[in-house]
Amino acid sequence: MDLLQMKNISKYYDENKVLNDVTLTIKEGEIHGLVGENGAGKSTLMNILFGMPVIQSTGGYEGEILINGEPFTPTDPKDAMDVGIGMVHQEFMLIPGFTITENIKINREITKPTVISKVFGKTLEKLDYEAMAKDAKIALKKLDMSIDEYLPVAGLPVGYMQFIEIAREIDKTHLKLLILDEPTAVLTDTEAAKFLEIINRLADSGISILFISHRLEEIKKLSDTITILRDGELVKTVSADEIDIPEIARLMVGRKIELTQMAEDNRIKKDEILLEIKNLRVNMPGEIVNGVDVTVKKGEILGIGGLAGQGKIGIANGIMGLYETSGTIIKDGKELPLNNPREALKSSIAFLSEDRRGVGLLLDHSIEFNIVFSSLEIQERFLKKVGPLKLIDNEEVRNHVLKMIEDLDIRCTGPRQHTRHLSGGNQQKVCIARALTLEPDLLLVSEPTRGIDIGAKKLVLDTLVRLNRELGVTIIITSSELGELRQISDRIAIIYGGKLAGILKPDASDETFGLLMAGESIEKVVD
Amino acid sequence: MIVPIIFLVLCIVGSFFTGLPASFLVNEMIIRLARNLILVLSLILPIITGLGLNFAITLGAMAGQIALIIITNFSIGGSGGFFLSILISTPFAILFGFLVGKILNKAVGKEMITSMVLGFFANGIYQLVFLLFAGTIFPIRNDTLLLPSGVGIKNTVDLANIKYSLDHLIPFNKIKLPLFQKLAEYPIPTFLLTLLLFLLMGYLLKTKLGQDMRAVGQDPEVARISGINVEKTKIISVIISTVLAAWGQIIFLQNIGTMQTYGSHSQVGLFAVASLLVGGATVDKASWKEALIGTFLFHFLFVISPLAGQNLFGNAQIGEYFRVFVAYGVIGLALVLHAWEKDKAKITLSDID
Ligand SMILES: Nc1ncnc2c1ncn2[C@@H]1O[C@H](COP(=O)(O)OP(=O)(O)OP(=O)(O)O)[C@@H](O)[C@H]1O
Ligand SMILES: [Mg+2]
Repeated sequence: MDLLQMKNISKYYDENKVLNDVTLTIKEGEIHGLVGENGAGKSTLMNILFGMPVIQSTGGYEGEILINGEPFTPTDPKDAMDVGIGMVHQEFMLIPGFTITENIKINREITKPTVISKVFGKTLEKLDYEAMAKDAKIALKKLDMSIDEYLPVAGLPVGYMQFIEIAREIDKTHLKLLILDEPTAVLTDTEAAKFLEIINRLADSGISILFISHRLEEIKKLSDTITILRDGELVKTVSADEIDIPEIARLMVGRKIELTQMAEDNRIKKDEILLEIKNLRVNMPGEIVNGVDVTVKKGEILGIGGLAGQGKIGIANGIMGLYETSGTIIKDGKELPLNNPREALKSSIAFLSEDRRGVGLLLDHSIEFNIVFSSLEIQERFLKKVGPLKLIDNEEVRNHVLKMIEDLDIRCTGPRQHTRHLSGGNQQKVCIARALTLEPDLLLVSEPTRGIDIGAKKLVLDTLVRLNRELGVTIIITSSELGELRQISDRIAIIYGGKLAGILKPDASDETFGLLMAGESIEKVVD
Repeated sequence: MIVPIIFLVLCIVGSFFTGLPASFLVNEMIIRLARNLILVLSLILPIITGLGLNFAITLGAMAGQIALIIITNFSIGGSGGFFLSILISTPFAILFGFLVGKILNKAVGKEMITSMVLGFFANGIYQLVFLLFAGTIFPIRNDTLLLPSGVGIKNTVDLANIKYSLDHLIPFNKIKLPLFQKLAEYPIPTFLLTLLLFLLMGYLLKTKLGQDMRAVGQDPEVARISGINVEKTKIISVIISTVLAAWGQIIFLQNIGTMQTYGSHSQVGLFAVASLLVGGATVDKASWKEALIGTFLFHFLFVISPLAGQNLFGNAQIGEYFRVFVAYGVIGLALVLHAWEKDKAKITLSDID
């Protein structure tokens, strides 16, 4: 029996046809993988199904949707929820000021009647916080999360937020179809593995899953059926057993992509120290750093890895002064003032945050503005002198931005397009472009390839390496994906329990990495 | 936190220069708190729902005054008259609140200025109705309400019929005991009603509806995709605010005892907003505490500033100017700070990566 049929779906954004005659069928209890390049139209298709307001406000869609054979025309998320569709969006959809419980139970609060509500109706029933917290705890438990459910969501690490969103969805009792738009992008490999197990469990209990991811191994392993989109068109729907990963990748991109090695390394290794970190402590909720000592050599790429919650994310945030920090940071022999993002920027440190929504893009400004703004403000680049005035050199800006768009393959209608109208992966690329534009001595990048498709991932990593090789930029890359750390780093620091567990060469064995991440001591691991 | 402290200091310093006895100040403050708290309370919900400062509570005040004119027209007085006017004002306030809410939903992002303009606009209609239609289109039975020409309601309406009808609702003075005689001097029933409404507000915020309002106020987008009807929630919030303002205005006027038909409502929004802000509330954050503290500080300043002006500068008018200056100044400052915070958020955003 088909739970969901989407037939001949087309969608225009202005002149842009972003979906063209796409058909998708989901059976009851199946796990359906949806893949495609950044901007292929995956989120748009799901937004249509979920009745997202952005679809209505941009002229709706064409085509037909059937749920259990009945026609279904979603015009509001509520319509979708009523028929049992739940969605975890690509962007976080949590209210920062609310507690975890309040977020999980949003609009499904448990209430108890009072005298007043008996007179004036159900909306005046009192919230039953205890019962809500109990439910929230159960949902979190299913995800093996033990976190105080009364904590506010603001300031939690992104991995936690992701699980909270999933908890919110699985707490819905009549859920029939769960849409997951890149749920694992922010998760570490182990977290992702746990997550996939949970998805399997959900599917076994009869919930159909529609799963979007750029991690093709995951898609291949988890899905029963895979649908591939390219440039808004359906390429193929196949059973997962009948296709292998290179083939999926080829169909996604429409050409063969090489997963070859990096550019040759002909750097002259110097032993000059660029950054010295002593006893760094960062009070970032969920990612506490508890006394890290590490030195970074000029011109190297240092990877930082570790499991979620162990503190790896906290280090870059601490260096930038975004969370309460103590300890000593010495850059180029000078002590860096702590807890002062502006000073950090002025000392030629740039940061690509793991939290795009919180400190990321200005959604209602152009790609152009987003890319050059920091550099203009802080470094006074892109200015030309006209008499006594300093004016923005529009031509230089335009040229630079066009180059970035090309280098990173940002799929857009042009440099003036607002970033709100980009697909998630392309927004991410704009963030990367901004950090690169600062041309810093030291570039801190956290989760740089989150939400980016396999082709573009290579571009991003290549760009980082090129920046390092050609301009001599020292890079600290924090990532949940060990694979990408090993691909570009010179050394990889593993963080465990807020402390440095050890530093490994990228060619150390998988087992060594695994043990170190799990908290074994370095002496034991490397014997 | 800094704003209420500044005002507290101003109040303390000012009170030294007035030379007023403490007992007088206490009495005066009790009366003023009773008079104003509900009006200030009416502003809280729209702030929580993300609509900012609802200057359109002026329309609520008008609803209250319409009810008062009606009961005066039929010469209904006493506590019966009071409760009847509460009853009559409510449907008017609901209607006005609904309309305001509808319009604010069309002006997302510019709610505050819209509510302010709506207040002025409604005032125009109100004047039209009571200056031109009363006595012509709407027959007026009670001649004392009309201007000598027979058309239009008088500038000043005597509310002697319902003066103190709530303040003195409980006849403490009938009990010949010193304690009760003393109690009779204070508007105890008004305080009880105010307390009840504050408690109800506290209750409301703990209900499903209150939770929806908070969600809408913090992130309408997330609220919407969670299936909350954002527009409806905002409208309900404005309706409750308007109804409270209507009741608040009636309570205010039953204490004063006369009504400036064309003036009493016009400053309601201004003073209530200033009070709340003085209490430390901001455009997006307010609770009963700020309402209470702010009403106290603002009106304390009101009481002392003419005399302080007289004693300091030999001119009571200066104190008068000062309090108007404070009311507008505080509001202006709050709005500028709000705009600045928003802008700053933008700058730091792009600072970081
Ligand atoms: N609100 C919008 N207005 C205009 N164009 C939009 C809007 N949202 C998305 N688009 C465009 O629609 C196309 C498809 O975007 P969509 O978000 O569906 O991609 P996606 O497959 O989810 O990509 P990603 O993997 O990067 O998330 C893109 O070209 C994007 O620029
Ligand atoms: Mg997407």
